[in-house]
Amino acid sequence: MDGVNTYRGGPDERGHFGIYGGRFVAETLMPLILEVERAYAEARSDEAFTREFAYYLHHYVGRPSPLYYAQRLTERLGGAKIYFKRDELNHTGAHKINNTLGQILLARRMGKTRIIAETGAGQHGVATATVCALFGLACEIYMGATDIERQSPNVFRMKLLGAQVRPVTSGHGTLKDAMNEALRDWVANVEDTYYLIGTVAGPHPYPTMVRDFQSVIGSEAREQILAAEGRLPDTLVACIGGGSNAIGLFHPFLDEPSVRMIGVEAAGYGIQTGEHCASLTAGRPGVLHGNRTYLLQDNDGQIKDGHSIAAGLDYPGVGPEHSWLRDSGRVTYVSVTDEEAMAAFELCSRTEGIIPALEPAHALAHVARLAPTLPQSHLLLMNLCGRGDKDVFTAARHFGIDL
Amino acid sequence: MSNFGDQRIARRFASMRQQGRSGLITFVTAGDPDLGTSMEILRRLPAAGADIIELGMPFSDPMADGPAIQASSQRALRAGQTLRRTLGMVAAFRQADGETPIVLMGYYNPIYSYGPAAFVVDAKKAGVDGLIVVDLPPEEADELFMPASAVGIDSIMLATPTTDEARLSRVLDYARGFVYYVSITGVTGTQAVDAERVETALTRIRRHTELPIAVGFGIRTQEQAAAVATSADAAVVGSALIGEVARSLESDGTPQRPLVDRVVGLVSSLAQGVRMAPVRGPSV
Repeated sequence: MDGVNTYRGGPDERGHFGIYGGRFVAETLMPLILEVERAYAEARSDEAFTREFAYYLHHYVGRPSPLYYAQRLTERLGGAKIYFKRDELNHTGAHKINNTLGQILLARRMGKTRIIAETGAGQHGVATATVCALFGLACEIYMGATDIERQSPNVFRMKLLGAQVRPVTSGHGTLKDAMNEALRDWVANVEDTYYLIGTVAGPHPYPTMVRDFQSVIGSEAREQILAAEGRLPDTLVACIGGGSNAIGLFHPFLDEPSVRMIGVEAAGYGIQTGEHCASLTAGRPGVLHGNRTYLLQDNDGQIKDGHSIAAGLDYPGVGPEHSWLRDSGRVTYVSVTDEEAMAAFELCSRTEGIIPALEPAHALAHVARLAPTLPQSHLLLMNLCGRGDKDVFTAARHFGIDL
Repeated sequence: MSNFGDQRIARRFASMRQQGRSGLITFVTAGDPDLGTSMEILRRLPAAGADIIELGMPFSDPMADGPAIQASSQRALRAGQTLRRTLGMVAAFRQADGETPIVLMGYYNPIYSYGPAAFVVDAKKAGVDGLIVVDLPPEEADELFMPASAVGIDSIMLATPTTDEARLSRVLDYARGFVYYVSITGVTGTQAVDAERVETALTRIRRHTELPIAVGFGIRTQEQAAAVATSADAAVVGSALIGEVARSLESDGTPQRPLVDRVVGLVSSLAQGVRMAPVRGPSV
């Protein structure tokens, strides 16, 4: 890199990654978003904040998460050498807590006393409820009624952690509707409330802030692979819903031209069926939830509900930085069906003794396709961003087993 | 482009000022509960006392709206409403009414999907006078409001209780036609307006602009409309009218016979309230 052509310089001061991103919100929210932006800019350059974040990541979350050589899987697939970044070992079982921890520290600095959040699979809801319990802040989680039904263990966890779970019945009762409802709550409670967004979407500065908090994944992975192999990985693979775990892994490597990156979207029942969540593969640019990005939408610009067996990928949009990375060609985006993901879920459980969440099972399905086509010298690093405990009911149903 | 129909909004406010009264702006969602019924409501609004018509462009994800308008948007979309059809309704309305200003209100994505440049041209042709796009703050407004201004469509900006002095001047830089003051911090149709606080806010805004100011987001009754009309140049009512639509549907969604009469009846009563309001002194 010559310093001119960097993929890590974005966004601009108004939150744009190329034509994507920005701040498309109602006027009532603009002053709040500007306040979050100011507070985050201050915190980011404050060593005390960085130290506090690092302290909790280490002592509370359990970072660094291991970089694990998946030897049996590597032998089984018979090609590239496969490493897992084990973010499923984090406290609460996924990468989500990296972000909720960063944002709760910010909310405290801002003097906010009430936290709201949206959740799809419930992982972000649990991670938010967890840090609210840790710091004694009131917590309300908006969750689609459909998701509440299919993720009941996480609903119970949130309640156990002292959060109120607010079912959202508008729209189709999934993640996008939960996000609408959280935004409505924020508009009505501007004084005391902080909106803790769970992915790299939303209005500026959220996509940048969440990326920065999640970049601990890629920074650690970089050091760990250098220690293990003495060189950078050849390929990075991560699943994409909103895209926070993927950007967290990719971002520290973006200016390394030798590192190839692949984001894996959910193809649901198959792209051709229209029942999927692959906005980068089959959507087009639009404006939703405060930013411009690739969206699943009809000809009239109405947002379509997606489908994925993985509730955490069930979102009709994607973080704006991914849209920009797609158009610029720096990252390749592919998709994997429910069936392929479930096969990978089973493969990982039996080969490595790790039950992955259904979301990274999508990344794994692509690894299983890719690895056999590559030489043994090829280093393939995948983000295993969540564990599958929450998914055992869904998986049992899929395999036709009555629990 | 012909000049016919230009400046409808400015002319309407000027004529109300001459009459020494405030105005009523009515919001209904285009295509709710179906195209035919919605068209009939639209046609009868001026005679019932609507001074300016706001026509909602339904969107699947109306983030700034409460349950009433959310439900109306979904009814309209289920009945097949599209942005193209909404422009068609305006064109049909204009065949009989060349004077009542029409403002389209909604969210940006359907317009972005249509193509902002093509949209403003088609909207102007149909007879649209102004645009309110809830999720397009001044920071992102150029891409739509520059082409809109070029064809003579007013960009109507929202000011809210959270808009401080610095932002207010930024918002007003883009404001044409009138300023829409959102009287509550919250979504549409969920809280009641506080007329006294509104008056204070309007005094503050008037220090920065000579544009007329309409107030909305919490006005449901004749009394509330009258109270707001003492200080505002117009009162906006939406969720209450939409509520009347919702109450007049059979359980399977088909409209009952008197649906249009009920909506129009409520408009008449609100218009009466606005016209009863004591006259505000000259604002400029």
